[in-house]
This record gives sequence, structure tokens and C-alpha cells, in this order.
Amino acid sequence: MTAALGALGRPVLQAIAAVGRVALFAGAILGHILRPPFYLREFGSSLLQIGWYSLPVVGLTAIFTGGALALQIYAGGSRFNAESVVPSIVAIGMTRELGPVLGGLMVAARVASSIAAEIGTMKVTEQIDALVTLSTNPLKYLAVPRVVAATLAMPVLVATGDAIGIMGGWLVGITRLDFNSAAYLKNTVDFLETWDVGSGLIKGAAFGFIVALMGCYHGMNSARGAQGVGAATKSAVVSASVLILAANYVLTEVFFTS
Amino acid sequence: MIDLSDVHKRFGANRVLQGVNLSIASGTSMVIIGGSGTGKSVLLKCILGLVRPDTGTITLDGQDISTGDRDAFLARFGMLFQGGALFDSLRVWENVAFRLLRGQKALSKAQAREIAVEKLRRVGLKPETAELFPAELSGGMQKRVGLARAIAAEPEIIFFDEPTTGLDPIMAGVINDLIREIVVEMGATAMTITHDMSSVRAIADNVAMLHGGVIRWTGPVGEMDATSDPYVQQFIHGRADGPIESVR
Repeated sequence: MTAALGALGRPVLQAIAAVGRVALFAGAILGHILRPPFYLREFGSSLLQIGWYSLPVVGLTAIFTGGALALQIYAGGSRFNAESVVPSIVAIGMTRELGPVLGGLMVAARVASSIAAEIGTMKVTEQIDALVTLSTNPLKYLAVPRVVAATLAMPVLVATGDAIGIMGGWLVGITRLDFNSAAYLKNTVDFLETWDVGSGLIKGAAFGFIVALMGCYHGMNSARGAQGVGAATKSAVVSASVLILAANYVLTEVFFTS
Repeated sequence: MIDLSDVHKRFGANRVLQGVNLSIASGTSMVIIGGSGTGKSVLLKCILGLVRPDTGTITLDGQDISTGDRDAFLARFGMLFQGGALFDSLRVWENVAFRLLRGQKALSKAQAREIAVEKLRRVGLKPETAELFPAELSGGMQKRVGLARAIAAEPEIIFFDEPTTGLDPIMAGVINDLIREIVVEMGATAMTITHDMSSVRAIADNVAMLHGGVIRWTGPVGEMDATSDPYVQQFIHGRADGPIESVR
């Protein structure tokens, strides 16, 4: 009985300890954001890597998702003669949910893995120790610029993804579903509210924070060797993805049911 | 003067340091020898504060290293890491000038670059090397850049972690000579960890052997060959038989 309880309790305690470590890590990053020195070059480089270079993958994801969404809503709506809702549902679906969530997951795959691998490699090759001996706080130099850049870049990526996703729906609507182009666009604009877009952008910022936080945390805590860096990379992507989905539920609950 | 008194450090069940006592006088070059996994790097990292000892005290000029201004403490040190530990994303000159470009006494980019090029020249690298990235350099060149970075801010104390590992004997000899010349020229206190006996003879004023978590023997390099300590004798002659167990 004691052994069974122990077997059950050990992973629970480990999970609680891990949550605590991540919370302390996030707190340390937040505590450093407004305190100098500020590493603007690292911030700029991170913004480019996380924001600009993620645009193709976010854009491609959005356009195919918008198109598929239009087809699905049309097929579903035709069961009760509601085909005309396609433009508005595509717009609301993209801005509130699919834009931020799919964009977040794609960025998690691309960015969390790259951050974890880069910082993990720096750890195993003693570059992080070298930073310390050169009187530079690794958290401030490596983690803060990446976390701030991801938090600021993700809403822009989400906004771009929203626009491209809606365009994907529009393209499918006018080429495959016989919608009138002007009517489709008018319908989209008429039914879309500012909060639909705003809530998605706030979600994007939260997901960007999560992605970079997980990348940095797992990179900094990477074990030795190629296997250690590989495990850190995998953990960064998995934990960022799960946390994005969990945070999405919580934020949706807060934004739309309170 | 660096003083270590009864320093202990364990990682889980592995007791790496079990009461290290050692003094390194200012302006001298101490080389720590010992087999792989005996805790030489851990000892060095304890002094730098990269690893916190479980018990024991480490002082620098009489002051406990765990107290006082950390940045001021680290500013007195330069370190050459085993693999160079150069920052991949920065050019060679930016690696060398890393400390010079940061902190309260940060220099302008032009001044820092000029010093970096001068230090690169000091370690035998051409100015053109300054614009390359670390990945474009050979292992020996990376060590030289690491050495240039270690001396860029003209520190009082320089640590060398396995400076010749992975280099051919000629390049190892070049690095050993450079280290000796630079340490003498700067009047710096040096601490080197190595298995390479040619490095020991080229670099050391004093030698200490770490084995079983304690300093087994310490003394001037000139007395090393004559010591009767069986551990030292087995190590410096590279014998398989003796008190140090070897896994075969």
C-alpha cells in the first residue's frame, strides 16, 4: 500500500516541483525585463529569427486552414441551408481560435525547438559558463531578449495569419463555392468584431511568451551530450504545445464566458 | 593569493572533492594534474563560483569569494575553456572583445575592435581572422582565439582548462609556449588543469596532483620528478600499474 502510494506520489511531487521551477524561471525573466543592461542586438536578432522567419510557415498554415474551414462550414451549413454563414464563421474561427492556436503551435515547433537546441548546445559546450566568467548574466543575455521578442512578435504573426486565413477562405469561397467576391468580403467585415481580433492577438502574445519560455527553460536545463540537447529540444516543443492548448482554453474561458 | 580550505563537493552519491586544501601565490603558475573524472574542472569552477562547494572556504586575497561584488570579482579573471567556448553567433573579434564591449567601463566598438585585433596578433593570428566566425576556424585557431579572449581585459588571474586537449603535438607546444609567455609578460597568476605532461613542464611553477578528491601532492615543478609519491610517479610516467586504478 505504502509502495503504491509512493509510486503515485513521486511523479505528482516531481510535476509540482517542475511547475515551481518553471514559475521561478519565468519570474526571474520578468524581473529582468525592465532592468538594465538591455541587449538590443540580441533582441533585434531574436525578433528577426522568431518573427520574420516564421512568417512563411504561419502564412502557409493559415491559408490552408482558412480554405479547409470554408469547405467544412459550407458542407456543414448546407445541411440546414446556412451556407451564407461561411464568411463570418471563417473570420471568427480564424481570429479567435485557429489563427492564434495553429500559429502558436507552428511557432512552438519552429522556435521552441531552435531556442532549446541553441541554448542547450551553448550549455554543453561551456558557452554559458563562459558568459558568466565574462560578467554576463546568461538569463538576461540569452533568455530575456528571446522571451520579449517572441511575446511581441507573435501577435503580429497571428494578425498576419488571420488575414491570410480569411483570404484562404475567400479564395475557396469564390472559386469553389460560387460566392460573390464583394458579398463574401462584406459579410466578413460586417460580422467581425474588434474583440474577435483583439482576443486572438492577446492569446498570441501569451503563446509567444510560452514558446520562448519553454525553449529557454529546457535549453538552460539541458543535460550533457547530443542526447541531452535532443531531449531538451523535444521537451521544449511538447511542453510549449501542451501549455499553448491549456492556456488557450483558460483564456477562452476568461474572454468569452465571464 | 588564492586559498582553498577543506573544500568538499558532491554530485548525488559521487563525492568529487573531499577536502581540498591548496594555496596559489600571486604571480605564480600552478598546474593541477590528475586523471579524468578526478574533479579538476569542478575545482576550477568552484573558484570561479560556477559551482558552489558544499563545505569549505575559498578566498581571494583573504576575502571569501562568496561575499562581495560578483562582477568586480569576475573582472579579475580570464579563462580559456577546454573547447574554446567561443560564441558561435559572434565574429572572432566580438568574441575577443566581449568583456570590453560590456559593463560600466565599456569601450567604443572601434576601441574594442582595435584591442581585439592586437590580442589576436599576440596569439599569432592575422587581423583578417577577426572578421571570421568561430565555425570557420581550426581547433588550434579556436584555442588561440579563446586565449586572446582570456587575456583581452588583462586580468590578474587566468585559468586554463585543458589548453592542449585535441591539438597535435606541434600546436600543443605553440599553445604551451604562448601561455607561458603571456603569463610571465602580464605577471598574472595562472591556474591550469591538464593531463598533458609536456604542458605541465612548459607552464608550471608549481604542480598539485588531485586524486581521490584531495590534493595528493604539491610542490615546485622541479621537484615533481624526484618525489617518491607513488601516485605522482605513476601519473607522470603514464604507467598502467600502480596505486591509481585503471579501467581496461
